[in-house]
Amino acid sequence: MNGVRFNHLLGLEGLSREAITEILDSAEVFLEVLERPIPKVPSLRGVTVANLFFEPSTRTRISFELAEKRLSADVTNFSASDSSLSKGETMLDTARNIEAMKVDVVVVRHFAQGAPHFLANRISAAVINAGDGAHEHPTQALLDMLTLRHQIGALDDLKVLILGDIAHSRVARSNIWGLRTMGANVKLCGPLALMPREVEQMGVEVTYDLNEALAWCDVVNVLRLQLERQREGLIPSLRDYQRSFGLTRRRLEQAGGEKVIMHPGPINRGVEIDSDVADGPGSVILRQVTYGVAVRMAVLYLISGGERLIE
Amino acid sequence: MTEKVRQQIFDAVGMERTLARLAHEILEANAGLAGLALIGIRTRGAPLAERLAALISGIEQAEEVPVGILDITLHRDDYLMARKTPQVRATEIPFGINDRNVVLVDDVLFTGRTARAALDAILAYGRPATIQLAVLIDRGHREMPIQGDFVGKKVVTLPGEEVLVCLKEVDGRDEVILVETSDDN
Repeated sequence: MNGVRFNHLLGLEGLSREAITEILDSAEVFLEVLERPIPKVPSLRGVTVANLFFEPSTRTRISFELAEKRLSADVTNFSASDSSLSKGETMLDTARNIEAMKVDVVVVRHFAQGAPHFLANRISAAVINAGDGAHEHPTQALLDMLTLRHQIGALDDLKVLILGDIAHSRVARSNIWGLRTMGANVKLCGPLALMPREVEQMGVEVTYDLNEALAWCDVVNVLRLQLERQREGLIPSLRDYQRSFGLTRRRLEQAGGEKVIMHPGPINRGVEIDSDVADGPGSVILRQVTYGVAVRMAVLYLISGGERLIE
Repeated sequence: MTEKVRQQIFDAVGMERTLARLAHEILEANAGLAGLALIGIRTRGAPLAERLAALISGIEQAEEVPVGILDITLHRDDYLMARKTPQVRATEIPFGINDRNVVLVDDVLFTGRTARAALDAILAYGRPATIQLAVLIDRGHREMPIQGDFVGKKVVTLPGEEVLVCLKEVDGRDEVILVETSDDN
């Protein structure tokens, strides 16, 4: 059913099943657009999008930029390293200045949790969260769900294991909210020191035994281990982490059954996932990247269309 | 909104006769079905394209004519003005269109804006030799320099009137009626 209106996409927490379904259904259409000899449509002609990246990103920024260009939007990019931010300007001033140049949609990546929400309350442009601190990364979770819908079908009752550094992961949080809303079962696995306390209130199970978790799941979403976690003393060593929580071919074979293997990238090969797993059968890691463009096109399309409702 | 039926334009039999004539005209204009492809514009152009293709294969007693479905939502010119975000649906063109004679099929030709969007959309798939337009009803009031190449029936309409096309595949019956629409309040 059509008619779900989005003013912003700040997170998947609280987003309805209908809204998520509409985004995923629209994304299916954009997947077909991407297969056309000329993979571009004129829908967002006249719409200007600013990509504000206060934190480095390659994949997400390029994915958004391609999505915007394939919808015929005008695009401008801002990254913290080469901007007036290094001259001491606040994020709000930066955003207000960019908005004063008549920008309709702002895509924000920020190291601080809640930054996109802060902006959404203060500027009139539509805001899309492209990752805020360890809080949410809604388009990543949406592309993960689109990938699963394609690989497996319905998300209902699917058993999804999220493996790794849950505490610092916005990908994990958005996936938990989205997958729970869509009726999937979610289990988390990782070292105790990297497991946030509040997760059990999110309706998910936690285990510290990877073999047990693998025997249970249909899908493994492997998170990136930030190498600085070792410096922070949260894990004893990379080797130790790999031995307890690294996804290896041997482990998967022991667990039996076919599993879908996902990873949001960038991959630390030989740490959280072995190369023969990341590149092996069941891996949909590169497909996730393709689906990411389609999902972002769907979000941009739905957020830009129609009259902007006043909140 | 209430609708008052003014006139029946086609009943099921009349529609069938007209589609048969359109099938013959398409074949005549294209000198047979070599290189021919029909592409229906969603929603009701799609089943009409299927029916015309079946009629054409029947007349020529030949292989099936390729049929596709085109969704023009992403190519509309009123997207940023629409109150609601229009729902996008799939385009299915399971054949190459380069150098083909493509006949776009729709139920009603009115302002010409849908046909314009369809021309724009189809060109993302390649470069056809020709693009032609077949419509069941031409109700006038064009806002663009666009015409039908194959027209089932021309109907003179007034502002406030609508042409409703009902098809078995979508609506459970074949009928075309002219209705008067008015706001209730």
